[in-house]
Amino acid sequence: MTNYKKYFSFFRLQFNMELQYRVAAVSGVVTQILWGFMECLAFRAFQESDFSAYPMAFSATVSYIWLREAFLAAFTTWNADGEIFDSIMNGGIAYELCRPVSVYNMWFSKTAAGRIARAGLRCIPLLAIAFILPRPFRLMLPAGPQHFILFAITLLLGLGVTVAFCMFTYILAFFTISPQGLRMIFTSMVDFLSGAIMPLPFMPERVRKIVELLPFAGMFDVPLRIYSGDLAGADMLRGIGLQCFWLIVLVVCGKALCRAAERRIVVQGG
Amino acid sequence: MIIAERNPMFAKINSGIKLYFHYISIVLRSTMQYKASFFLMVAGRFILSFNGILGVYFMLSRFGQVKGYTFGEVLLCFSIIQMDFALAECIGGGFATFTSIIRQGEFDRILLRPHGAILQLLGSKFRIDRIGLILQAIAMFVYGIAVSPVDWTFGRGMTVILMLVGGTLLFTGFFLLRAAFTFFTIEGIEAVNILTYGAKEHGKYPLDIYGKRMMRICTYILPYTLIQYYPLQYLLGRTQRWYYGLYPFGVAGFLVICYAAWRFGMRHYQSAGS
Repeated sequence: MTNYKKYFSFFRLQFNMELQYRVAAVSGVVTQILWGFMECLAFRAFQESDFSAYPMAFSATVSYIWLREAFLAAFTTWNADGEIFDSIMNGGIAYELCRPVSVYNMWFSKTAAGRIARAGLRCIPLLAIAFILPRPFRLMLPAGPQHFILFAITLLLGLGVTVAFCMFTYILAFFTISPQGLRMIFTSMVDFLSGAIMPLPFMPERVRKIVELLPFAGMFDVPLRIYSGDLAGADMLRGIGLQCFWLIVLVVCGKALCRAAERRIVVQGG
Repeated sequence: MIIAERNPMFAKINSGIKLYFHYISIVLRSTMQYKASFFLMVAGRFILSFNGILGVYFMLSRFGQVKGYTFGEVLLCFSIIQMDFALAECIGGGFATFTSIIRQGEFDRILLRPHGAILQLLGSKFRIDRIGLILQAIAMFVYGIAVSPVDWTFGRGMTVILMLVGGTLLFTGFFLLRAAFTFFTIEGIEAVNILTYGAKEHGKYPLDIYGKRMMRICTYILPYTLIQYYPLQYLLGRTQRWYYGLYPFGVAGFLVICYAAWRFGMRHYQSAGS
C-alpha cells in the first residue's frame, strides 16, 4: 500500500501544478468552442450534400465533437509532458533514476495527473456551454444511464491507453537524441487513427475495419460513440475488450522497454 | 550602388535587404549543423500534413461533393491555404513565436540594435524547417490542378499568384496582430490561435460551406474570403465577375491595421523584466 502512496503524491503534485494555469484554460476553452462549432458546421454541410451517405445520426456526430473538445487535453498525444522530455534531453533524468521509485510508474502517474487536471478544468465550462447551444449543435444527454456509466469507464480505459502510448514516446527519446521529428510522425498518425480528426464511421469500410482493431481506436472513438449510443451491442463489447487488451499489452511492453532503456542510459555530463 | 549613394532612403532599404539575406544565410548554416534532426523535422511536417488530405479524401469519396465542390476543387483550395500558412510561418516565424521572445527578454536586446525590430524579427527567426509543409502543399497543389477542371487563362494564373501572396500576407498580418497583443499580455493567448491555426484548418473547405453567417464574419470582420472564397469562385469559373480575382489586394488594408496595432503595442512595451 505504501508503495502506491508515493505515486499518488506524484499524481497530486502534478495535478496542483496544472491547476495554476487557469487563464490559459479559459482562453483555451474559447478556442475549442469556436473550433468545435466550425467542425459541426462542416459536418452539416456534408450531410446536406448527401443525406444517404451520412454514416451516423447527426446528433451523435455533434456529441462526438463536443465530448472530444471537452476531453481533448486528456487524449492528445502531441502535448505529451514536455518536462519529461526535457529531463531526458538535459540529463535531469539522472536525479530521477536515483530515486527509489520505478521510473515507468512515476512518469505514468505524472502524465495521467497532468492530463486529468487539464481536462478536468476545461471540460466543465465546455460541457456547460455545449449543453445550451441552439438545437442541431447542442450536446445531447447520454443515450441512457447504462451508456453513461460505460462511457465513464471506457473514458478512463482510453486515458490509460493514451498514457501508456505516451510512455513509448518518452522511452523513444532515450534512444534518439532528437526525438522531435519522430514524435511528430507518431502523433499525427495517432491523431488520425484514434478518431480525433473524424469519427471512425466516416472512414471507408475496409480502412475502418482495420483501424478499429488498433489500440488507438480506444482513445477517442470507443468512449465517445458509446455516449451517444452509436456504438452498442456486440461491437461495443468488442471495443471495450480491445481497450483492455491493448492497455495491458502497452503497459507490459512499455515496462520491459523502459527497463532496457534504463540499463543502457548514458547521461552526457552537464 | 550608384543610386544608393545618392539617395539615403535607397541606401537604408538596400542595407536592410542585405541584412535580411545575411540573417537567412546564418539561419541556414546553423540549421545545417544538425542535419539529421533537420531532415527528420522536415519529414515529420511533411507526413503530419497528410492527415488533413486523407481526411478530406475520405470525406469527399464518401459524399462525392460538398455544396457542389468536388475533391479536386477542395484540394486546390486546401493546398493554397496550406501554402499561404506555411509561407507565413516560414517568413513571419518571429511573430509566430513572439511570446517566448518577449518572455526571455530577447526583444529588449532587439530594441538596442540600430535596425528596425521587424526586420530583425523576420530575419533571425526565419523558419526553414517549414519547408516540409511547403513542399507538401506544392505537391497537393499540382495534384489539385491536375484533377480539378480549371480552365486556365492568364487572368486565372495571376489570381492564383495573388491568392498566394495575399494569403501569406494575411496570415503574417495575423501573426503580427497576435504579437502586438503580447506586448500587453506577456502570456500567449491561445484564443488568438483560432485566427491562424483555426483558419488554416477550417479554410481547407471553401468558406461558403459554413453558411451565410460565417461568410459574413469572414468577410467584414476577418478578411478571409478575400483570399479564399471570392478569388476561388473566379478561378473555378463559377462567376463571370473577373474582379473577384483582384480581391486579394484588399489584404493591404488589413495589414495597415495590423501594423498600426504593432506600433501601438511597441510604444506601450515595458519589458517582461527578465
